[in-house]
Amino acid sequence: MYVAVKGGEKAIRNAHKLTAKRRRGDTSVPALTLEQIAQQLAHSVARVMGEGSLYDETLAALAIKQARGDLIEAAFLMRAYRTTLPRFGYSTPVDTGAMLVERRISATYKDLPGGQVLGPTFDYSHRLLDFALAAEDDGAEQPVEMAENDDQAMPRVTDLLGDEGLMEPDPVSDEETPVGDLTREPLSFPADRDLRLQNLARGDEGFLLALAYSTQRGYGRTHPFAGEIRYGEIEVEFFAEELGFAVTLGTIKVTECQMVNQFAGSAQAAPTFTRGYGLVFGQAERKAMSMSMVDRSLRWQELGEEPMAPAQDVEFVLSHSDNIQATGFVEHLKLPHYVDFQAELDLVRRMRAEWFEKRQQQEQGEAAPEAAQ
Amino acid sequence: MSETTVKDRTGKVPDAFPENASGVRKKIMATLAAATPEAVAGKYENLAVPSFDLVRQPETGLVMVRGRMGGTGSPFNLGEITVTRCVVRLETGETGSAYSLGRSKKKALHSAVIDALWQRLETRALIENDIIAPLAAAQQTAKETVRQETAATKVDFFTMVRGDD
Repeated sequence: MYVAVKGGEKAIRNAHKLTAKRRRGDTSVPALTLEQIAQQLAHSVARVMGEGSLYDETLAALAIKQARGDLIEAAFLMRAYRTTLPRFGYSTPVDTGAMLVERRISATYKDLPGGQVLGPTFDYSHRLLDFALAAEDDGAEQPVEMAENDDQAMPRVTDLLGDEGLMEPDPVSDEETPVGDLTREPLSFPADRDLRLQNLARGDEGFLLALAYSTQRGYGRTHPFAGEIRYGEIEVEFFAEELGFAVTLGTIKVTECQMVNQFAGSAQAAPTFTRGYGLVFGQAERKAMSMSMVDRSLRWQELGEEPMAPAQDVEFVLSHSDNIQATGFVEHLKLPHYVDFQAELDLVRRMRAEWFEKRQQQEQGEAAPEAAQ
Repeated sequence: MSETTVKDRTGKVPDAFPENASGVRKKIMATLAAATPEAVAGKYENLAVPSFDLVRQPETGLVMVRGRMGGTGSPFNLGEITVTRCVVRLETGETGSAYSLGRSKKKALHSAVIDALWQRLETRALIENDIIAPLAAAQQTAKETVRQETAATKVDFFTMVRGDD
């Protein structure tokens, strides 16, 4: 029997009002503006856009503010918002080679065409708290260095290796092959690499980081080298049917990671390096690197490797990477389960009654021979 | 005007303007798309705008961004972006379109009108000189600043020479 329980309306209403008050905090402190969040908490914004699978900095800033800085809750708000909008279509695939690069590094080649540019990064910092940021006058602008821009092209590292035949080429399907879309059809298995990459791109950073780390520690080792990491602005184009040409919608910031891994080869094909690919919204290097390592691990079958680790298990990885789904199922445990629990209570009472009854019988059985002696 | 027309994928002739094929209109629209709503509004306010019809109301929707496996391989779906579009027709007959990232309906409307005015030969020079050129210049300057700031973080590797040889 299902029994509906009512009566929480007032409590819920008041709890939401209280949340709004707590969110605002001490009103003698100025409220956060969306511009402040978008400008000054760029990594939070990037994470919410990536895991919310919707690139819109102002919306992400609003979501972060509304969620009081809970980034998974904020990503959830983004996912919910997107369902209210019509879909115009698909962009033409972006060209990360034409990026306005703000950061580009390689751990495999020192002297790259275009060079290595560090850009904005926490790398090489001492991780000491900077109390200057806590000072009242933190508005003061620090001048940055400028240098002559030599306009040198920055070809992808993987393309350089590819020219020598040392790198496995990117898989190219013909243009008619449909591209899987998780927002249109639920995930099913086996999942091809297009679906896997979409799933990973919106997957939880912590989950992917842990899986990537597990491959380094020996659970499905892939011997990764950071072939190239680049971050910057790329143009997005959309073919407008009514105009007959691809219009430029604007630019978005993305991080791309090319992870170079150990070899594939067979009697038919000479040995080459293999690769994993990461591409995420905003500056999110840890996520892009993790994504590329997990992408590579999930390719075990295609590359003739042995499955032996969690990071290689397509179904396990893809089914648990989405933090919106995960948080929904974990957090639903907070909802009333009174009737379910009542049934369990009855069951455990019955089990205990049987257990005590059985024990009593045993004791009596043991006592009887003693009495007979 | 030449007789050149452009055909879309379905073989239809969507627009009789050869500018579509030459890529000039694409650049005009891209410059407007890259500008902030405030910048476009600032330019729009100074225009003598003829009356126009809304062929397509400003509308916000989603475009799924595609990447390529490994950068150059088969496409996959990366995630969505918000996009706002609008189509207007001037009383003089020109149809202007706007597509741009974000949710500003005002910017989409302004941009579509400016695109239509650019197609009108009488106002083309005005649009190019007073609106597109300064917006494009500001965008170029901003990009150049990023390039120069980035260039200052370029690594100059050098090799330590051992002292005992």
